[in-house]
Amino acid sequence: MMTSAFLLHRLADTDREPVDFTLDGRPLSALVGDTVLTAVLCQHDHLRRNEFSGQPRAGFCLMGACQDCWIRTSQGERVRACSTFIAPGMALLTKERTL
Amino acid sequence: MRPPVIIGAGPAGVRAAQTLVEHGLRPIVVDEAARAGGQIYRRQPANFHRPPEQLYGTEAGRATALHAAFDDISDRIDYRPESLVWNVQTGWLDVLHAPSATTRGVPWSRLIVATGATDRILPVPGWTLPGVYSLGGSQVALKFQGCAIGSRVIFMGSGPLLYLVAYQYAKAGANVVAVLDTARLADQIAALPGLVTRPSTFGKGLYYVSWLRAHGVPIRRGIRPLRLLGDNRVDAVVFEDDGSESTLSCDAVGFGYALRPETQLAELLGCRFEYSHGERAHLPVRDEAGRGSVEGVYLAGDGTGIMGADAAEWAGERAALALLADEGTVVDSARARKLESRLRGLKPFRRALERAFPLPEDWAALAPDHVIVCRCENITAGDLREIVRATGADEVNRLKALSRVGMGRCQGRMCGVAATHLLAHSTGLPIEIVGRMRVQGPIKPIPMAMVRKQEGAL
Repeated sequence: MMTSAFLLHRLADTDREPVDFTLDGRPLSALVGDTVLTAVLCQHDHLRRNEFSGQPRAGFCLMGACQDCWIRTSQGERVRACSTFIAPGMALLTKERTL
Repeated sequence: MRPPVIIGAGPAGVRAAQTLVEHGLRPIVVDEAARAGGQIYRRQPANFHRPPEQLYGTEAGRATALHAAFDDISDRIDYRPESLVWNVQTGWLDVLHAPSATTRGVPWSRLIVATGATDRILPVPGWTLPGVYSLGGSQVALKFQGCAIGSRVIFMGSGPLLYLVAYQYAKAGANVVAVLDTARLADQIAALPGLVTRPSTFGKGLYYVSWLRAHGVPIRRGIRPLRLLGDNRVDAVVFEDDGSESTLSCDAVGFGYALRPETQLAELLGCRFEYSHGERAHLPVRDEAGRGSVEGVYLAGDGTGIMGADAAEWAGERAALALLADEGTVVDSARARKLESRLRGLKPFRRALERAFPLPEDWAALAPDHVIVCRCENITAGDLREIVRATGADEVNRLKALSRVGMGRCQGRMCGVAATHLLAHSTGLPIEIVGRMRVQGPIKPIPMAMVRKQEGAL
């Protein structure tokens, strides 16, 4: 069976205003009221790679407890994706910066 | 006199705040979320438009009543949303305001701790794959964001939330592939005498199960999760069912085993803990009114032992009445007794739920060496067993020091139950003897720049 390349599926409340942001430099659009996690995972399959295993991670508890949904911004900040709302112009990175 | 401080704006925190306001006080309410309601009655962002019945189902009336109670007192409290209490000591809280990335001290002389609960997790190989979420997380995705965690979802584990979330997903139009419950039907039958003490709650549970069956969602009981498959995301669940291995294809998994209380702040406050055989965990001790063992500290809601949302509302109100009485305010003692009696009356039902959905006793024995226990730092069951063998560690904080399990970003929230069960199994000691993982501030990650700033200020 076909599996989509993204994780989350919108089921309701899709008639919201769009918000533009970038993911790894790619311009994307989310909806006002999306968390960073929702914005990313509705069109991508992970948030970052685990610092110890290098394996992809996409959050787990969605309520600020597991701390596994941190994602980097191009400014070098880390945001907790499940509890941070997407904002216009956010530049998010799922890849480690290459030195 | 300093205003009382309430940590948490879920059912317990909101009712506590309301009670204090009704007696003329203006409490400070600190909450990590952007809007009050807690996890169970979590509110969607303001520009979402689903009606409460769609979000909260049979609990819509309770949810809207709690939200209304909070909105009604909002101009009579000092409300601090999006604020994380990351450290606490006598007379002092450290609070991080996330949007402004600033931390400030909040002095307190009386404190109501209503920190709630998160999912209780026992890991299965593959649980770190993208597409795998906790049951509570699966529910948050739907309730708070209008999203399903996948297009073909399996719900697995045990506890009342298992059937509720499956029902909510199916009802919202998601394809629920199956519900896989580790509890046996016999467990649920054995729990019947206690379950029927709350006929309406029990009736709802039965309704979810029969609705799922009527809509063709397969329910398997008495299963054991074996592994989740997938390369970069989950694509199947392998489980043992009636002695043989079964595989079901999916693109998302929600799993968990009921809830565990968030006790970190009670611990940092120095509250005394005792082991609860029912919950298989050490819990902060409180009297019937909610007073903790430390002067000026009151404990209410699921953060002090899982009793559910209704009990949290009663306990929040009761703790606030105790705080008021301790400050010398005359309170309605008949009301206080009534709340205590309601809380006592709920205990047989909570015990029955633990009986109906027991934590799988054989998890530690069955967990393969390669299963990741600590998802923060990728520490496996085999790593922990090897340390126990090599060092003779027989206390969970010793194991933590030697292995780093529980030292990662989640501070043991996701791995603590599993690590404790593994240690108990490896040493042959009871859980209550291997102890509980101790925590340190900051209880959740805070920006390093902030720590430096604080240190600089000293």
